[in-house]
Amino acid sequence: MTMIRSSAAEMAAALTAGSVTSVELTEAHYAQIEKVDPQVHAFLYLDKVGALEQASAVDAKRQAGISQSPLAGIPLALKDVLVQKGIPTTCGSKMLEGWRPPYDATVVTKLKAAGVVILGKTNMDEFAMGSSTENSAYGPTHNPWDLERIPGGSGGGSAAALAAFEAPLAIGTDTGGSIRQPAAVTGTVGVKPTYGGVSRYGLIAFSSSLDQAGPCARTVLDAALLHEVIAGHDERDSTSIDAPVPHVVKAARKLDVSGLKIGVVKELQGAGFQTGVLSKFHEALDELVSAGAELVEVSCPTFDYALAAYYLIAPSECSSNLARFDSMRYGIRVGDNGERSAEEVMKLTRHEGFGPEVKRRIILGTYALSSGYYDAYYGSAQRVRTLLMRDFSAAFSQADVLVSPTAPTTAFKIGEQVDDPLAMYLNDIATIPVNMAGIGGMSLPCGLAEEDGLPVGFQIMSPAMRDDLMYQVGGTLEAALLIKWGGPLLDRAPVLAGR
Amino acid sequence: MALNYQDAVAKYEPTLGLEVHVELNTNSKMFCSCSTAFGAEPNTQTCPVCLGMPGALPVVNGKAIESTILIGLALNCSIAPFSRFARKNYFYPDMPKNFQTSQYDEPICVNGFLDVVIETDEGVKEFRVEIERVHMEEDTGKSLHVGGATGRIHGADYSLLDYNRAGIPLVEIVTKIVGGTGKYAPQVARAYVTELRDILRSLGVSDVKMEQGSMRCDVNLSLAPVGSGSLGTRSETKNVNSLRSVERAVLGEVVRQSNRLEAGERIVQETRHFLEESGQTRPGRSKEQAEDYRYFPEPDLVPVVPDSAWVEELRATLPEKPSTRRKRLQEEWSVPQKEMTSLVNAGLLDVVEETIALGAEPSRTRSWWLGEISRLANEQEVDPTSLISAGYVAEIISLISAGELTDKLARQVVEGVVAGEGSPTEVMSKRGLKVVSDVSSLVAAIEAAIATQPDTAERVRGGNIPAAGALIGAVMKATGGQADAAKVRSLLLKHLGQGE
Repeated sequence: MTMIRSSAAEMAAALTAGSVTSVELTEAHYAQIEKVDPQVHAFLYLDKVGALEQASAVDAKRQAGISQSPLAGIPLALKDVLVQKGIPTTCGSKMLEGWRPPYDATVVTKLKAAGVVILGKTNMDEFAMGSSTENSAYGPTHNPWDLERIPGGSGGGSAAALAAFEAPLAIGTDTGGSIRQPAAVTGTVGVKPTYGGVSRYGLIAFSSSLDQAGPCARTVLDAALLHEVIAGHDERDSTSIDAPVPHVVKAARKLDVSGLKIGVVKELQGAGFQTGVLSKFHEALDELVSAGAELVEVSCPTFDYALAAYYLIAPSECSSNLARFDSMRYGIRVGDNGERSAEEVMKLTRHEGFGPEVKRRIILGTYALSSGYYDAYYGSAQRVRTLLMRDFSAAFSQADVLVSPTAPTTAFKIGEQVDDPLAMYLNDIATIPVNMAGIGGMSLPCGLAEEDGLPVGFQIMSPAMRDDLMYQVGGTLEAALLIKWGGPLLDRAPVLAGR
Repeated sequence: MALNYQDAVAKYEPTLGLEVHVELNTNSKMFCSCSTAFGAEPNTQTCPVCLGMPGALPVVNGKAIESTILIGLALNCSIAPFSRFARKNYFYPDMPKNFQTSQYDEPICVNGFLDVVIETDEGVKEFRVEIERVHMEEDTGKSLHVGGATGRIHGADYSLLDYNRAGIPLVEIVTKIVGGTGKYAPQVARAYVTELRDILRSLGVSDVKMEQGSMRCDVNLSLAPVGSGSLGTRSETKNVNSLRSVERAVLGEVVRQSNRLEAGERIVQETRHFLEESGQTRPGRSKEQAEDYRYFPEPDLVPVVPDSAWVEELRATLPEKPSTRRKRLQEEWSVPQKEMTSLVNAGLLDVVEETIALGAEPSRTRSWWLGEISRLANEQEVDPTSLISAGYVAEIISLISAGELTDKLARQVVEGVVAGEGSPTEVMSKRGLKVVSDVSSLVAAIEAAIATQPDTAERVRGGNIPAAGALIGAVMKATGGQADAAKVRSLLLKHLGQGE
């Protein structure tokens, strides 16, 4: 079935036209998953029964002529960091093996209400900590462009599922780049909305002040359609913004950037960025200029400190957020032989249940928050954050959106950086400032690097609650590139034969 | 030789610090919509939020903020225009998230005071207790350690956890150091907690039941040689759960610490547990190595920024101060100070006021609540107000005033109401309790008594009035105790020619 290579918008049109049913669409995607997922390993759990139930319900409503949301009946892959009632949710960790949440995340509630068909849960770095999905307790996900390579992380499963046509839509979460960097290295689209734009209720927290769920897709318009389904104020999340959702679908369809000022961030190019990444980035800038945008160079000097500050704030919050995994109420329990004390069982469980990267960050964060060190570490990091926000607001006074390459390199080989955490952390150098400032960021494909033929991501950053601007620029750039390429970039990815 | 309390305070000056935890009586918990009702089956009042399930997020209970601001205003505090919650990180199984969400360095109310009055041999003395802060936090769950000798987690066979209490809103009220009380430290501590309890009750923000744990007090105490002007090392006595215990805990610590100092030993900074039976304290956790709670601002919540107009609206709703009210009621009822103090200490002021408002005669009302009803309550170890309603008491007192019940019969009626036999009138009809006021039946009984004791009757006729006692007794016996003795007496004397 060729339908699985279509965009979600095209699938939705076909559903409306009656040329395909949601059940057929769902089954076609499960067939593709069965074929390619043994190689890709994008999914940790498949909920065929639930998905087909939802698909038939949507089909029945459509037959009865009941009006439904634009994405009703479209399959979706859900990152395993979001809880779904009754469906195993592991967060990529051994710690939560076998746990079935008793409630739905608000994002999941909204997806269900919109008639979206949730196929299953996707693989990720444990507790969303990592940039390669190699930190999953359940084995790595492979990049469909080259199965020897990483699909990015932490949301590598969601991005790979899109690139391997296992799902047309996916949900990711982005704390320092976990939606955008996987999108960049898999040739897909990923959006981190403004912090507070999408509810975090039911998103298993890594770093509360940075985490944000967002849409993943193969086109900018699909991402926008999904964005409008999941965004909006939620009384259950105190940090959720009580304001109307920006009109991102309308913006994605605008296909016009004339008069817009595009700020190119000086600090996010040059040293550390792969040549092929920079050349594709600059070619994309030319397309935007041809489309009528004006380029300005902006400088954000404190971006140099963003990574260091991020690696104090995120681990500090994670050390507290992950304290609840103590075996007392849910998840695995290790060593409870009737003799050991609660404290010993907690220790053994945390020793066994968490992987090395999670432990590294818990230790880092515990140290950074300790009395006597708090001001020097956590305090300084928060001050850097304030400075970053000032840099952004100065830059946004000169430009409507800011742009940069999403990641400094294309996908690296599995195993290449696992023993070098600092090198791994550098993958997020261009994406982290966006989380630190709480603004919106998007990655969309801008070509294949000459030296390795792998996808390059183009990042667009927009001011808080002006997510529409990045969709407008992204949609316009995508349209120009499609004409230039003569078709979607993913058409150039190797076809996975299956075994 | 060991110092007694008098010796101790002659030599050492005590310094107090009081931390009071109060459970607010909001319908729902601090950060979720679960019920706060007391006494439900374990773990039935829980949800993903108060169980600390992965992904769940807190939302602040607006009513709890309102209650806390009211407390701050009643304690003359400033209300912070910006305050925040923080996370207090430590591991314990009854804490679902392994951090407690609590205000820390940015509390909602600061810098207040509360004036307390104590009666001493030297007359009435007033002390100002300064309040450092009033802040909000969430309660933990409850652990029940089964087996083992101590009932504590160490040595227990297993532990049971009930998270119904987890997330119940708590307000902590912390005093600045209270010095200059001298030997009156125990009384000042008790008077402060009493006054605080009355204020909280008048605000209607908490049940303030110390015996149920809805109000708990930690007593910090240190000693320094009189006149030294220095501060000693303090101990922190936890969970002192009655007004009397507050007084005893201070007294006990003064004696214990002074004897250590006399013996040349140092005071260890530690938490101590109060022992109800002996009035002593036993050592708990040492605080010499300060525990590192790694506080940081709670990123899942936004700052609390109360609108100043709203704060002023709340200020305007503050009820009459308990001390003002007591003065007013004492004058209205013309009650002697001692009896007033008893009413206040017994927590009966509200119910007495209510009973009187229902038309009952004030002095009878006070003596019934303080006397018979309190006695029954003591026997059953419950609160007097839980035994019988103000309405029933008012009804019984009106019946006494109307002469339809004697005090003796009324006691039986109260007993019946308390035993659940129904309303006072129902009890009276079920038990056949009614003053025999029918003159003809009384006269018949009198005549019968005279017939059986003609000699006694003769003596009364002869002017020996006290001799009438035996005849009155016989009449009372014959009427089953239901006659009004005064009426019998007057009828009898009249019958024997001695009446006026």
